[in-house]
Amino acid sequence: MTVTETEVVLEAEGLTKHFPVRRGLRDLLTREHKAVHAVDDVKLTLRRGRVTALVGESGSGKSTVARLLAQLYARTSGDIRLHGESVTVRGGRKFRAYCRQVQMIFQDPFASLNPTHTVRYHLTRSLRIHGRAGDLEDNLRDLLVQVQLTPPERYLDKFPHELSGGQRQRVSIARALGADPEALLADEPVSMLDVSIRLGVLNLLRDLKERLNLAILYITHDIASARYFADETLVMYAGRMVEGGDSETVTQNPAHPYTRLLIESAPDPDRLGELSKPEDQAGGEPPSLIAPPGGCRFNPRCVHAMPKCATDLPPRFELPAQGHWAACWLYEEGATK
Amino acid sequence: MKTPVLEIKNFHVDYGLGDEAVQAVRDVTLTLHRGEVLGLAGESGSGKSTLAYGVTRLLPPPGVISGGSVVYHPPSGDPYDVMALTDTELRKFRWAETSIVFQGAMNSLNPVHKVSTQMLDVIKAHEPQLTPQARIARAQEMLKLVGISADRMDAYPHQLSGGMRQRVMIGMALVLEPQVVIMDEPTTALDVVMQRQILAQLVELRERLGFSVLFITHDLSLLVEFSDRIAIMYGGRIVEEARSADLYKDSLHPYSEGLLKSFPALRGARRELAGIPGSPPDLRGMPSGCSFHPRCPQAFDRCSAEIPVLGIPSARNDPNRSVACWLPGRTA
Repeated sequence: MTVTETEVVLEAEGLTKHFPVRRGLRDLLTREHKAVHAVDDVKLTLRRGRVTALVGESGSGKSTVARLLAQLYARTSGDIRLHGESVTVRGGRKFRAYCRQVQMIFQDPFASLNPTHTVRYHLTRSLRIHGRAGDLEDNLRDLLVQVQLTPPERYLDKFPHELSGGQRQRVSIARALGADPEALLADEPVSMLDVSIRLGVLNLLRDLKERLNLAILYITHDIASARYFADETLVMYAGRMVEGGDSETVTQNPAHPYTRLLIESAPDPDRLGELSKPEDQAGGEPPSLIAPPGGCRFNPRCVHAMPKCATDLPPRFELPAQGHWAACWLYEEGATK
Repeated sequence: MKTPVLEIKNFHVDYGLGDEAVQAVRDVTLTLHRGEVLGLAGESGSGKSTLAYGVTRLLPPPGVISGGSVVYHPPSGDPYDVMALTDTELRKFRWAETSIVFQGAMNSLNPVHKVSTQMLDVIKAHEPQLTPQARIARAQEMLKLVGISADRMDAYPHQLSGGMRQRVMIGMALVLEPQVVIMDEPTTALDVVMQRQILAQLVELRERLGFSVLFITHDLSLLVEFSDRIAIMYGGRIVEEARSADLYKDSLHPYSEGLLKSFPALRGARRELAGIPGSPPDLRGMPSGCSFHPRCPQAFDRCSAEIPVLGIPSARNDPNRSVACWLPGRTA
């Protein structure tokens, strides 16, 4: 599968977010300002009608990327471009205009819906705010049909507690669609749901992407579901992107040692019997992001680490497959593998 | 011949009393053999954690054990029923014979005590004859086994990472060398890399110490790789039980099949997957007959009328597996 060049909806370049750490009394005497380096120099592109997956462990900064893209956090540096135009919004009218095009779906459908309001209220608000309340009843019905909650009459006047987890997540997807967005940022949309209904929600999102030509950012810790659902997969480690490319290429021919570790560690029923222990120098511990390791952030855990890895930050190296890249010195021109 | 170490027979657990009671676990019969890992898989609300708490008599009210027995076979001596133990006997039984690792290690360790204090407390309570030095040596040795260096003994839980806390929990569960360890989603809150590290360690420890594990999780793909046998629960009942390889290659219950098809594969051809339509049943209003029939693609008339009995499938004639389903070739 080649990366088809469809229209770019949202792109980010050099996206960086540092959260300041509160200074203690002792720190006041020094000039040092500590910060959590949550996201550093992230570059990604969301295209119309395509799903981009962002895979990483907890604490790798993947949710921060989603919140930066949704303009819920102010970025430290870098650029976010919507249809090629750089946007920075702090709230108010500009924020609403931005939200109309970029909507977010949160992880926990139990927390993201207000328990004191009905489905009708949640969806009506979304439609009103984004100026689509013209044919309110018809629009409400359409939204529920789109997320396969049929017949719509049965769900409109329900409270969140009367719905199952999967139905609730469908309501929050419907709410996001209420703005008629061009890009959806889905932050672990299925990880809180029961195993047997996860695929139903993922298939729904894929169906919506095809029908409404949406650009979707799918954030997950489960690389197998990225392979199933996404066209393109990006792997993040400790705030930096380490590998990216076509989902099939990244999962079948992982290049970066971290991606390989991630794939080896994923449960695989076909590997019956012996439980292999993948090589990891740090026993599975990610590094501190307040003082991240120099050079490649994976170097203290990497089995292929070279002296260079601890000092120089690896740039993206192009790999043979089209659009596949890895930020690892192993792939430097002339390096021995 | 495999010898049983824990036999759960016709076990029932209700929440509440009288007509309003919700039957969370119904008629569960399950045997854990010496030295094996038995996986218990199911979705949330299927009763798998309730079963674990019921078996150890840790169930908080309004949970009530309304029937059944749990027979424990000590390494030497006669088997006895855990349900009939007095409080004093129960206190001795817990931790020394059966220990449990809870889901959230962050919540099961006391935040205001050092790891060493909590660990030594366990040893002191159960083996008061040991000298303090011997206790410390024992705790250090256990922590070393689970991959934590001895200098972390005096750390508080918040000074350890999530993975380390979970290792401490596993170490604490094993410190008295129990025969049975019940693990309730011990790695669900952890990242995959850490999960694999801990499970690999658990396998090593099991080989060295020879305990049996009842491993509860919703992640069936993990269980297939890791456990010897798997029991699948749905709506408070066990619907299928088989060796891992048999269950994976040739599952007989439509629910097991649906569950296996709910995990996208990382290798092999990319297939279109559908999950299972509908949502898990509400325990307050269970469907009649087989509780899976409203979601089952192969359901027919009998499924909504009669509850299928767990038995050896007539088409396989294998005493190591059982299934509860009315489809031809399943329940005899």
